[in-house]
Amino acid sequence: MADITIQNLVKVYPGGNERANDDVSLHVADGEFMVLLGPSGCGKTTLLRQIAGLELPTSGAIAIGGRDVTYMPVHQRNLSMVFQSYAVFPHRRVRANIGFGLAMRGMSKAEIDKKVDWAAELLQLTPYLDRFPAQLSGGQRQRVAVARAIVVDADVLLMDEPLSNLDALLRLSFRAELKQIVNQIGMTTVYVTHDQSEALSLGDRVAVMKNGRITQLDNPLRVYSHPANTFVGGFIGSPPMNFVDGVVHDGQIDIGGGSFRAPEGAEDGRYTVGVRAEAITLGDPADPHTVPAKVLVVEPLGSATLLTATVGEHSIKVQVPADTQVAAGDQVKLSVPPSAVRLFDLDSGEARTP
Amino acid sequence: MTSRPDTEHGTATTAPIEVDKRPLRRHQFNRALIQLACILISLFMVVPIYLITISAFSTRQGLNEFPQPLWPKNFSTETMATFLNSTGILAATLNSLTVGIGTLVLASLVGAPAGYAIARFAFRGKDPYQLFLLFTRALPIVVLSIPLAQVFLATGLYDQPIGVILLHTALSLPTTILITSSVFLSVPIDAEEAARIFGCTPVGAFLRVVLPLALPGIAASAIFTFVTSWNEVLGATILTFSNRTLPAQVLSTLGDSPVAFRFAGGLAMIIPSIIFIAIMRKYLLNMWGTTIR
Repeated sequence: MADITIQNLVKVYPGGNERANDDVSLHVADGEFMVLLGPSGCGKTTLLRQIAGLELPTSGAIAIGGRDVTYMPVHQRNLSMVFQSYAVFPHRRVRANIGFGLAMRGMSKAEIDKKVDWAAELLQLTPYLDRFPAQLSGGQRQRVAVARAIVVDADVLLMDEPLSNLDALLRLSFRAELKQIVNQIGMTTVYVTHDQSEALSLGDRVAVMKNGRITQLDNPLRVYSHPANTFVGGFIGSPPMNFVDGVVHDGQIDIGGGSFRAPEGAEDGRYTVGVRAEAITLGDPADPHTVPAKVLVVEPLGSATLLTATVGEHSIKVQVPADTQVAAGDQVKLSVPPSAVRLFDLDSGEARTP
Repeated sequence: MTSRPDTEHGTATTAPIEVDKRPLRRHQFNRALIQLACILISLFMVVPIYLITISAFSTRQGLNEFPQPLWPKNFSTETMATFLNSTGILAATLNSLTVGIGTLVLASLVGAPAGYAIARFAFRGKDPYQLFLLFTRALPIVVLSIPLAQVFLATGLYDQPIGVILLHTALSLPTTILITSSVFLSVPIDAEEAARIFGCTPVGAFLRVVLPLALPGIAASAIFTFVTSWNEVLGATILTFSNRTLPAQVLSTLGDSPVAFRFAGGLAMIIPSIIFIAIMRKYLLNMWGTTIR
């Protein structure tokens, strides 16, 4: 096990002009679970593949456990990896698949069997050890891929969207299992995903990427509650954060069509105002700090109900308890707690912390 | 939905649907037509082979009868025996096997890596290279063979199986390269990368993961190469004089032979390719209970 240090990494693909990774620096501590999150084309997989050595950086440096690996051949890096497409070997039985990395490291037959049995037990693959991958379901194949990755005593575990080929139900259950297994073995892990709920639920820290750069690096709750810019706020959360243009004056935010209390210490000026849907509540009509709104759409989600409401010319998502009695066309009053309000620069979209 | 169906507990209470079975019958009719076409095409291939076979196993007198019986009435191995024992046939068969297998090995050794390169790497001049590959097939074999004969005469390769192997390899390389490149393209690149992550060198990953997965396809291209070489007659005739391959030998002797002898020669030509295809065929089918992936 080891930490990973990435310094000023730049990757330009041959024949391309754009930087797939643009001056990325990152430190992943020993035993940390780091998630790289971003939309497709943001450079997260490119970054992972450079750590793996499957792509070579244009400039910059990568060190694993203090050892420079920037241009080291893949097989000398002592890594393990789980691929999106599972990448199990179709011509080898499950036992040989799991033991592949061990056999390549020249381990004795008895020791390989012992470790394979341990991993198979952990991932509930024991009954399938003598089957070929084609005789397994997608979920079982991904278990084989994970087992193959955790049996080797690698410095770093890399995962490239390992859950995205599984169906929704399986993804949810395997996610929790994966977190437990990785916690148990305590490997330094870099996990790539475009699924924000996966990122938040798995990561010790989340690096949100955009256009080849890391735009925010923080723990999951912080990334969710204090997005560094409107991109992160809009990308993370379902529904995404509400953004409206507003003017702060005298501790009040006027968004045109209503106003509410600004967070403490906010300077006067024009901002993009961000509020999470679940932070907004339906308030007491007598309260002067509520905002009048008209409900357009009511979507019961089971655990909660999602409202689309209009305030002035803004459309706003509000998440209310499932038992709330409200219908499309109703006039309501929205209460926005000042502590949940985030202010962003009108032009750059960067957070303006009061 | 603006209007809701008049139902109780969501169950429709209308009359049973009248099923129009005409599309089904049309579908079945089309299927029958396809079956018929398959049978006709198979017969087109099989009937001549069958007729040659029964003729080769008939007595000489039986062959002169008219009309010919459709089953071996005058069964006899005499004609075949005479053919196989006649001068040069056994040696020519051995030459053909040597040339066929030699071509298969050489073409695979040279062609498969080229196919791999086309499948996996982006390199300058890839498209012109692929086009250029087909140029050897654009030239008539005669045009290729006569200068080759001169070169081979000068270098001592003339009238040797190795000379024919070189010609046949050159002729089959385009197909070998194009077939194997599509085979390597179908081997998932992730599996190869996984092998390297878990400690294989690039060559190790190729040998342990890519090659086993590509084997069925490579076998298919090998069959093709072998049969092409087995059947190639023009170049083999020009490049050899006494060490003839079977087709070259048959071509030079059968013209002056009796009819029975020709049928025996025809059968002797067909059988090895059929046996070879039958053996290699299993590699074309699923080797591990599945196709790749």
